[in-house]
Amino acid sequence: MKTTYREAIRAALRAALEADPRVFLMGEDVGRYGGAFAVSHGLLEQFGPERVRDTPLSESTFVGAGIGAALGGLRPIVEVMTVNFSLLALDQIVNNAATLRHMSGGQLSVPLVVRMATGGGRQLAAQHSHSLEGWYAHVPGITVVTPATVGDAHGMLLAALREPDPVFIFEHATLYPMEGELDEHAGPVELGRAAVRRPGDDVTLITYGGSLGKTLEAADRLGQEGVSAEVVDLRALRPVDTPTILTSVAKTHRAVVVDEGWRTGSFAAEVSARIMEGGFYDLDAPVARVCSAEVPMPYAKHMEDAALPRAGTVVEAVLALLKRRG
Amino acid sequence: MTPGRQPALPTRDHGLELLREMLRIRRFEEKAAELYSLGKIRGFLHLYIGEEAVAVGAMQALTPDDAVVATYREHGQALARGIPAGSLMAEMFGKASGCSRGHGGSMHFFDVGRRFYGGYAIVGGGLPIAVGLALADTLLGRPRVTACFFGDGAVAEGEFHESLNLAALWKLPVLFLCENNLYAMGTALARHQAETDLRRKAEAYGLPADAVDGMDVLAVETATRRLVEAVRAGNGPRFLEARTYRFRAHSMADPELYRGKDEVEQWKARDPIATLAARLREGGLLSDGDLGALEAAVAAELDGAVAMAEAGPWEPVEDLLKDVYTGAGRP
Repeated sequence: MKTTYREAIRAALRAALEADPRVFLMGEDVGRYGGAFAVSHGLLEQFGPERVRDTPLSESTFVGAGIGAALGGLRPIVEVMTVNFSLLALDQIVNNAATLRHMSGGQLSVPLVVRMATGGGRQLAAQHSHSLEGWYAHVPGITVVTPATVGDAHGMLLAALREPDPVFIFEHATLYPMEGELDEHAGPVELGRAAVRRPGDDVTLITYGGSLGKTLEAADRLGQEGVSAEVVDLRALRPVDTPTILTSVAKTHRAVVVDEGWRTGSFAAEVSARIMEGGFYDLDAPVARVCSAEVPMPYAKHMEDAALPRAGTVVEAVLALLKRRG
Repeated sequence: MTPGRQPALPTRDHGLELLREMLRIRRFEEKAAELYSLGKIRGFLHLYIGEEAVAVGAMQALTPDDAVVATYREHGQALARGIPAGSLMAEMFGKASGCSRGHGGSMHFFDVGRRFYGGYAIVGGGLPIAVGLALADTLLGRPRVTACFFGDGAVAEGEFHESLNLAALWKLPVLFLCENNLYAMGTALARHQAETDLRRKAEAYGLPADAVDGMDVLAVETATRRLVEAVRAGNGPRFLEARTYRFRAHSMADPELYRGKDEVEQWKARDPIATLAARLREGGLLSDGDLGALEAAVAAELDGAVAMAEAGPWEPVEDLLKDVYTGAGRP
């Protein structure tokens, strides 16, 4: 059936709340307001205020309370409004959620799911638009996933709830209205596996989340110019599915990484390094990166557009790479 | 807090039990300091000497089903909660037989079987965890209490304010227990708080709050029992400030430039162990022989604990990445 990314997440939330009494949702405005991005609209009415809990604007404490509730035997789903706001909860995420299992000598596990919106493109300027999921991917002890399709938005949430350890789901905010197909009986998907979204032979375009659409568009344009691009959707930033990346690069011999994070210290840098470590002798050209410009996100439309990766900049990067051969 | 009012004498058995528990902590900490000097214990070591009445008194009010969340100065709580001294000592030695498999050290004791949910070394970081544990109990209909220990330094953290508010808003069964030892590391309370009556902060969030002489184990026990009873009855969270003092430095690395020896000596005159012992003697409940027997039993226990720590195995290096994730884990 045809549905939206937003509705797919809502359907997964509803299914999880129906299936498991230990599951509950909490976060800012998830209840009466229906979610800042309307993801949880209608859930309060269906499941009541015990299980759909509006919280104060206390990111650190409601994420920490999610950790504690998980330790206490529940399956909390915590919604943080945006990745920029999640920085207020970094202490709980990095110092507690990610460490407790190991630091307790394996006695504790934290089956916590945290969802948040990420990314730019909506003229929300420098405190609502950044793509910081790459920072989270730096931290061992947590799983970081970036659903880019309607199916993954649904299936990754269901899968996250089956994990015994914390899972962070980064939902690119421009994707919520995106339409796509969702099987009526769709279930959880495997976390940590990349997917080849479009096969090709001349170059591998590696991306994730909100950049997948732009990258597929770039691949279409390249096709019109006679360049066959393979598109790999990472789907998870931790763990990274290195074999899928290397298999593709071994076939195409060229790679461009498209990542909405800032270039310096970006997740694209990690992908590039993995290709260098595992696929250096397969390469016909250096790995290229298309990232966000190194600037706090500007408000004005033309400036924001200029700051973000676009299909056009991806095409340019690929063509430049191909020229290097000659 | 009602100054000058002395709690009633306990029974002899209970009085001796309180004394024994405080002595165990005192001697354990002295032994830890000695082993630190010998290089057996490394990292940061924060001793609880002087504050024993708080953990021991408070723990009397908790049942085995209740949860404890503590700080990096948690040896007292861990011992009073019943975690074997050998398991704690082994943890500080970094042994795999330690209560956290040697992953945590002095600041991160865990024992899930005893519902001891850890020592948290980011000041204030344990409070949201306690709120969440209590939320789980509430949603699962379990009549349990979560006791959350933290210091006066934590009241400056946002998580203190957020957690008290959320616990009160949701009427969660948490006892917030502030061990006010007057110093956030080296910064005196009056140098970091505009309002030094900590009860007022809790009251501002709708929590009934009390303060107690943290050098008097009987007073701490009485106050904690009263508040835990209210929490367990479903009346929402409570706040207790225990006014106490650490006799030793903040950690082994602290040269104590920020406080005078006179001040320390004044507080030492209120030593919680000596205070209880004197009261028990006055009441005819303690003899020299009793005290000697207690000391001997504690010494024997600690000898055993150190021997157990010495003999404990090291975690194999091949296990380095174990327990980052559950089971086989992720690459």
